[in-house]
Amino acid sequence: MAEITMIEAIRQAMDEELARDERVFVMGEDVGVRGGVFRATVGLHEKYGEARVLDTPLAELSIVGVGIGAALYGMRPICEIQFADFIYPAFNQIVSEAAKMCYRTNGEWTVPMVIRAPYGGGIGGGLYHSQSVEAFFTHVPGLKVVIPSSPYDAKGLLKSAVRDPNPVMFFEPKKGYRLIRGEVPEGEYTVPIGPANVTRPGSDLTVFAYGMMHYYALQAAEKVAAEGIDAEVVDLRTLYPVDKATVLESVKKTGKALVVHEDNLTGGYGAEIAAILAEHAFTDLDAPVRRLAGPDVPAVPFSHPLQDWFMVSADKIAQAMRELAKY
Amino acid sequence: MDLSGEMKREMYWTMLLARRLDERAWVLHRQGKIAFHISGIGHEAAQVGAAFALRRGHDWVTPYYRDLALMLSLGYTPRDFILSLMGKREEPNSGGRQMPSHWSLKSANAVSHSAPVATQAPHASGIGLGIKMRGEDKVVLTTIGEGSTSQGEWYEAVNWAAVHKLPVIFMVQNNQYAISVRVEKQMAVKSSADKACGLGLAGVTADGTNVFEMWKTVSEAAERARSGEGPTVVEARMYRITPHSSDDDDRTYRTREEVEEHKRQDPLLVARTALEKDGLTTQEHDEMEARAKQMVDDAVQYAEKAPYPSVEEGTYPVYAEEVRNG
Amino acid sequence: MAVQVIMPQLGESVVEGTVTRWMKKEGETVEEMESLLEVETDKVTTEVPSTGSGTILKILVPEGTTVKAGTVLAYIGEPGEAVPEGGAPAQSHAHAAAQPAEEARISAEPTATVDQPATPAQDTARPASSAPAQPQVDRSRDLGFISPVVARLAKDKNVDLYQVKGTGEGGRITKKDVLAYLEKGSGQPAAAQPEPAAWETPGEGDLFRPTELMFGGKGPAMPQGAPSSQSAVPFNPPEPGPGAQPRQQPAAPTPAPAPSDRVLPHTTVRRAIAEHMLHSKHTSPHVTTVMEADLSKIVAHRAANKAAFAESGANLTFTPYFVAAAVAALRSVPLVNSSWSDEGVVLHGAINIGMATSLGEEGLIVPVIKGADGLSLLGLARAVNDLANRARARRLQPDEVRGGTFTITNHGISGSLFATPIINQPQCGILGVGAIQKRAVVINDAIAIRPMAYLSLTFDHRILDGSSADGFLQKVVETLENWA
Repeated sequence: MAEITMIEAIRQAMDEELARDERVFVMGEDVGVRGGVFRATVGLHEKYGEARVLDTPLAELSIVGVGIGAALYGMRPICEIQFADFIYPAFNQIVSEAAKMCYRTNGEWTVPMVIRAPYGGGIGGGLYHSQSVEAFFTHVPGLKVVIPSSPYDAKGLLKSAVRDPNPVMFFEPKKGYRLIRGEVPEGEYTVPIGPANVTRPGSDLTVFAYGMMHYYALQAAEKVAAEGIDAEVVDLRTLYPVDKATVLESVKKTGKALVVHEDNLTGGYGAEIAAILAEHAFTDLDAPVRRLAGPDVPAVPFSHPLQDWFMVSADKIAQAMRELAKY
Repeated sequence: MDLSGEMKREMYWTMLLARRLDERAWVLHRQGKIAFHISGIGHEAAQVGAAFALRRGHDWVTPYYRDLALMLSLGYTPRDFILSLMGKREEPNSGGRQMPSHWSLKSANAVSHSAPVATQAPHASGIGLGIKMRGEDKVVLTTIGEGSTSQGEWYEAVNWAAVHKLPVIFMVQNNQYAISVRVEKQMAVKSSADKACGLGLAGVTADGTNVFEMWKTVSEAAERARSGEGPTVVEARMYRITPHSSDDDDRTYRTREEVEEHKRQDPLLVARTALEKDGLTTQEHDEMEARAKQMVDDAVQYAEKAPYPSVEEGTYPVYAEEVRNG
Repeated sequence: MAVQVIMPQLGESVVEGTVTRWMKKEGETVEEMESLLEVETDKVTTEVPSTGSGTILKILVPEGTTVKAGTVLAYIGEPGEAVPEGGAPAQSHAHAAAQPAEEARISAEPTATVDQPATPAQDTARPASSAPAQPQVDRSRDLGFISPVVARLAKDKNVDLYQVKGTGEGGRITKKDVLAYLEKGSGQPAAAQPEPAAWETPGEGDLFRPTELMFGGKGPAMPQGAPSSQSAVPFNPPEPGPGAQPRQQPAAPTPAPAPSDRVLPHTTVRRAIAEHMLHSKHTSPHVTTVMEADLSKIVAHRAANKAAFAESGANLTFTPYFVAAAVAALRSVPLVNSSWSDEGVVLHGAINIGMATSLGEEGLIVPVIKGADGLSLLGLARAVNDLANRARARRLQPDEVRGGTFTITNHGISGSLFATPIINQPQCGILGVGAIQKRAVVINDAIAIRPMAYLSLTFDHRILDGSSADGFLQKVVETLENWA
């Protein structure tokens, strides 16, 4: 098996899906000739032509709105929002249109589309190139929200997302695009949307994370393992609909839960996991559910010391794990 | 390109049926039998003219909430409409999930829309994109009120279609009011068709009270679209004879005199006068009226007896996997 | 058969002791009752007399080692006699003796010690319900926060949490602790308990409770330089009194240390004081009443008799007067000489007055003047001198800090005018004596300068009401003011 970066895994997924299904097309700002500002679509324009790898007007609302129309017409658009920070103009189309279409027509119309967006900080991107936006969308029934944390999952999940009959928000941890490498098999495979992944079994406590934070959580788990703390790490992968069974099963075993995300704390995704545990695993809990998240400031500041202060790191996760283990 | 006499009567009949249904909706509301109605009275000519200019069932439509006459032209029935007014299980838009007049009819390629205005415009461009990518000869008609052309969503959709020369007709039904706000406060141009100039596509203004003129204008736009010349903005000018909706009282922002003045240009009167010149008799018209009344009565009786959705039906289908048939 | 020497229980709250010095070596002979070793606990340091006569066959616990009460320290027997391997459990009769029933403890002084064989009479005195061979569990122990999963496991698996050792933050019982406990096979109903480990001489109350269960601490090793106790509140071994109920305390929030802060580790005494104070505050609704006493006659009497007392070998301080006044008041209002129990208020037959004695930075201790109502002022003065001196020298015997029925704390020594001391459980009240000051007072409409002191009675409102408490305190004042 070849070891590739996450961005290459994402590119491969789109390449293979474009080849597999002629209804599939890619659109977004700079995805064509340029191959994407992060180079996620590099080579695709040459291979599939501008009809299927489409440079759009610089307007996120209509990247999504036009994508919805195309999906209604039977196409399988993959819409790229250049940075998740820029997704808000399209919020109305995503939340009010794509997400509600199936329900509001009693299933007559469905919107099979993927909205890809690089998210997350730690890359010197300041307030508007670093945001984590998942919590806005994990509140919305009708959407599926997926965040991969490894090249293998990124490729397998993106292929599943393209084939899914629903709108799928596919948020990619941009800091991990080239940092996270992993083995990806040759040839066809998919990773199903839905199931979480227990990436490190353990008995003392469970860390729930996704995306970049999952990558760090694994590092932190190794760190504290040397101190005798046996942590289980769960990569949630699909944030919505969440894999409640795996979440509950893990905490049933460990009794302690730490939820980690890079997004702001309040109203963040961790609150949902904490609520699930409080509601359905109360008598399995041996400690209050802890959340480790970005601080409640508007977004990741630019200056390096400020960025470091904002970002959740492997060290911060390890410290939170120690405290929880001690409880 | 000309309309046959039979086709003209069919168009008038559809306008008449739409009017009588709309009027009955007001009655049902005042009787307390329905909770809400949003009216299309005064819009019938533009809608019917545009619909009849399409290859119905072949071309696509992303409508907006005043399009009762448009939907009837596409195959929507009086029963469908009254069922939807009453939120009954059987109504075709949504199975009782959406408010009335939030149309959807898949068999007619009429796409569901929502209440925040102009959201349907980008969908039309997307459908147009799909048509173009597949190399088909379909066109898309998307309709909207003049107030909603202020939305960035509409501009983005029109711009997209213009850039990619998509087969889309953006029909603006300019009835002078966005609820209470007059058109002068929506745009500095005389017609929303003028906005097309700046975006690089064709823009045409037509008399929206004249169904036959509307048919001609939209037919020409459709022809442009089919031949690959790209989209057109068509502004249909008319007057909203009723308040915005059953919740609105237009006496708070316009005079009765103004309304009465415009009733003289009622599109039904315009069409009937034209048809009478072509030989439509009073007896024939009375028969049309009787038939319309009978259909509306039947629809009300049917809808009143029809079941509501069960509460369990409210739980699905959130995702495509949950869609149930029947 | 070789005779065991075991680590005695040196106070109810003390569960272990350190062998500081063996006075005999292996192979040497010893007489029964002869001092054999010296043992130090957080409460007392004492010599342990030999339990038998003969040759010291084996010393199992070397100097400097801390072991649980009941641990076999040595064997004494005939030269060459075989001894069991390692530290065998103490002999069974000792188990029985150390297991008096709750009821028996209410009125009787807990005089039994582990090395005292049970008599048949004691056996029959025990209620039949007191099943033998079951380790008694202290139910007054604060279990700390019980997490939902621990609560569920305890219920589902029928686990008595008082038997589970907590290893979580602040000694909290964690899920793992319960699972470990269950794994050991201890999750059976109490009747199926396995034999206790060597140190677990069956007993009840704090006597046989592992230190870490009590304190959540690391053990008995005491760092020097314990924080000074400015408080004059007394500390006595917490007797698991009849009214003592297990209770939960909310876990106190751990303060986040500032960079300039430093942590002074708790000494065992500090922890014991903390636990006792908390226990008392949670047990009794405390109410304090304050009166003022004119000590002119006491001051005069003391001045007149100090020399004479000195000739009798007694240093006459003010304390014996207050003890005497308390005794008089306790006789007058016997309800104050009592303990709360669920069955009823237990009126104590004996009047045993605890006397809070500061040990400086190490804390404080409360030696008890037994049978204070039988002592003259001279007898009281001698008892006060003796107990105070030996307390400061850490030479008190375990018995001498137990069995109080009422306590006096003379916080005035450090200048305090009046205070609201904490009741020494399971007693009903505590008398606080403030500093003696010359103050201007109005007597017959004239201003006079008199040596005055505030006296406070802090009492258990479950037992006493304000009027009876005031009656008691009034009697103390009267006794002092009318001293002849």
